[in-house]
Order: sequence, then structure tokens, then C-alpha cells
Amino acid sequence: MRTNIQKFTFALASAMLIAGATSVLATGSEADFKAAYAAAEAANKEAGALRNQWTTTSASLAAAKKAADAGDFDRAIASSKEAEALAKASIFQATSEKEAWKALKIR
Amino acid sequence: MRSAIHFVSAALALAALAFTSMSPAIAADAPDPAADAKAFRKFFTQKFPKVEPRDFVNGPYSMNEDMHRQWEEKEQFPPYEFSLEMGKEMFATPFKNGRSYADCFPNQGIGIRQNYPYFDEKEGKVVTLELALNRCREVNGEAPFSYVKDEMAALTAYMAFTSRGKPFDIKIPNDPRALDAYQNGERYFYTRRGQLNFSCATCHVQAPGERVRAEVLAPAFGILNAMPIYRSEWSGMGTISRRFTTCNSQIRAVPLNPQDEEYRDLEYYLSYVSNGLPISGPGARP
Repeated sequence: MRTNIQKFTFALASAMLIAGATSVLATGSEADFKAAYAAAEAANKEAGALRNQWTTTSASLAAAKKAADAGDFDRAIASSKEAEALAKASIFQATSEKEAWKALKIR
Repeated sequence: MRSAIHFVSAALALAALAFTSMSPAIAADAPDPAADAKAFRKFFTQKFPKVEPRDFVNGPYSMNEDMHRQWEEKEQFPPYEFSLEMGKEMFATPFKNGRSYADCFPNQGIGIRQNYPYFDEKEGKVVTLELALNRCREVNGEAPFSYVKDEMAALTAYMAFTSRGKPFDIKIPNDPRALDAYQNGERYFYTRRGQLNFSCATCHVQAPGERVRAEVLAPAFGILNAMPIYRSEWSGMGTISRRFTTCNSQIRAVPLNPQDEEYRDLEYYLSYVSNGLPISGPGARP
């Protein structure tokens, strides 16, 4: 139970770290944004198929689109990467919970 | 030849051993609703030995004496009264075709809340009261209501009111699909979701009586008996659908659509494990 939470926290932290590091390095073009956004959307779609999307993923996707519309592709790429990281964490959660939920059950 | 016999015997013995050692694990995972309900009741009554079992239906008010006194005073002029009156009037008003809600329900819809949700063996799915009300409207040529508030809350408030004091009596028929629905609801209840990584049980099993900011968390045992509720936080009435979807949003999970199968199954599970506790709806919450 605690191990699952630790694994989950580690996965989320790693994903956020990677997203953050990538966003610092990004010198964005529109094409880079489109690729990053498509990857985030695909991950969020997968989370949707698992019935486990997060509101924060949608918010990051919306922020990415808004930044891109304003021509700020660095910010748009950073938000897309964040959305992808969040979506991947939600997929990890849904997958691990397929068995982990049993540990919480009142017996 | 002898070595072949030894090999076969050893293989058989191993297989038998594997089977016997696996059986308890399988048994542990096999759904047993009656045992679950017993364990559920025991958990909450042992955790809160001073709370009368029938008082769990009062949610946070059962957890705290000061709040209980506030609730008693609030019940003198209950904030759900307008909704209740509206529901009573709506229920008595015929549809354009001359038929009415009463024609869609057993006992003309009076005193039946405790039997919902039920498992419909023809459809193979759980049918909640909210769903049955909208189906009643549609079959009579009327547009369905929003599942979360206003008219739906008013109608369910009136139907709950006519059933006050009647113990939840949810049945699981001898149909593997009903057991699947129950187990699906149970799984939903305990599954962590959203960015906050909370399950329903995180708040309502692990932390009832504790505060989340200003709110005192309600116990899961009897949590649906007071529905629908007037919530000061909402400045209005809300149905079970509203409660489920807002819980999901609060933990940063994208809510499903009201009356999606998962929510119907969750309602089935939560109602079943509260069997025996009286209907107290409509209710009021902070």
C-alpha cells in the first residue's frame, strides 16, 4: 500500500521533473509545439480510455493552446510537456489501481 | 517406466498443491456482498462506538455533538423545504399525455425510495431512482431533466420524504451480472483517482469525522440515505449524481457523465452496504 503510494509519487515527480527540464531547454517553434501537443493529447486520450483523466491535464492542454494562439511557443511547449507528464501519471495510476484498490477494502 | 510414473505423480501432487494454495486467494477475491455489508457496519460502529447506528445517516452531524445540535435547530426550518414542496407539486402534475410519475412506479411512487437502485434483470444493468424518473418522463413524451439539481433534486426529495424511516432494502438477485455490477461499484469506491490520488474511501472510510478545510467528512456508512441534500456550499439542492461528480472534480479527476454505468454501480454498492439504515432524505449539509 505505502509502496504503491511511493511508486506513484516517484513516477509523478520524475515525470514533472522531465517536463520541467525539457521546458527549460526548449527553444520552441510551431512544429515543436504541434509535436508536443499531439503527444500530450494522445496520452490524455489513453487515460480517457482507462476512464481516468485528470482535470489538471485538461487545464495544461488548454494553457498550451492559449499560449500557442498568442505565438508564445516556448510556453506552449512547456505546457504541452506538463500535460503529457500528467496524462502519463494518470495512466500509471489507473494501471496500478487495477489491483491496488483491494488493499483499501474493509474486510 | 517407473521414473515416468514418479514424474506424473510429482506433477499431479504439484498441481494439487498449487490448486489448494490458490483457492484461498481466489476465495478472498470472490465477491461476498453479505460479508462485505457485515464488515462495513462493524468497521463504522467500532470506529464510532458512541454513534447510534441509525444516526450515521446524518453524515457529518453524527460525528460531532456541536454540529448535531446545529442540525437539530436547522431542521426546524429546513433549507430543502422549498425543493420538497416543488417536488410534491411536480409529482402530482400530470404530463401532457395525461399520465403521471405515479404511473411509472410501484405503489404509485410513494414510500419506495429504499428499494432504489435495483438491478434490472431484463436490462442487465442497475437502475437508479434518478434514471427511472427520467425514463418515466421520456416514455411519456417529456424531455429529461438534468441529473444534478433543480427539478431532479425536487422530485427525488419528495420521493425520499415519503420513504423516511424505511430501511434501505437493496437486493442483489441471483444473477452473475448483478454481482458484477456490485463488484464494479465496490472497485470504483476503493480505486484512487485524480491528481490528488484519492479514492472515495480515502475520505469516507479512512477519515470520517476529520476535517478537510472547514468540512467535516461524512462516514460512507449511510452516506446516501439523506440524498438529495441542500448544501450551503452549493447554495442549493444536489442529487446523488451531483455528489459523485463534484467529489471527482474536487480530487482533480475528470468526472464521468451522470448516470454512467460506474456511478450507477457505485450507488448500488454504497446503498447495499447501508442496508438496514433508514432513509432520511431530503437532507441538509454545510
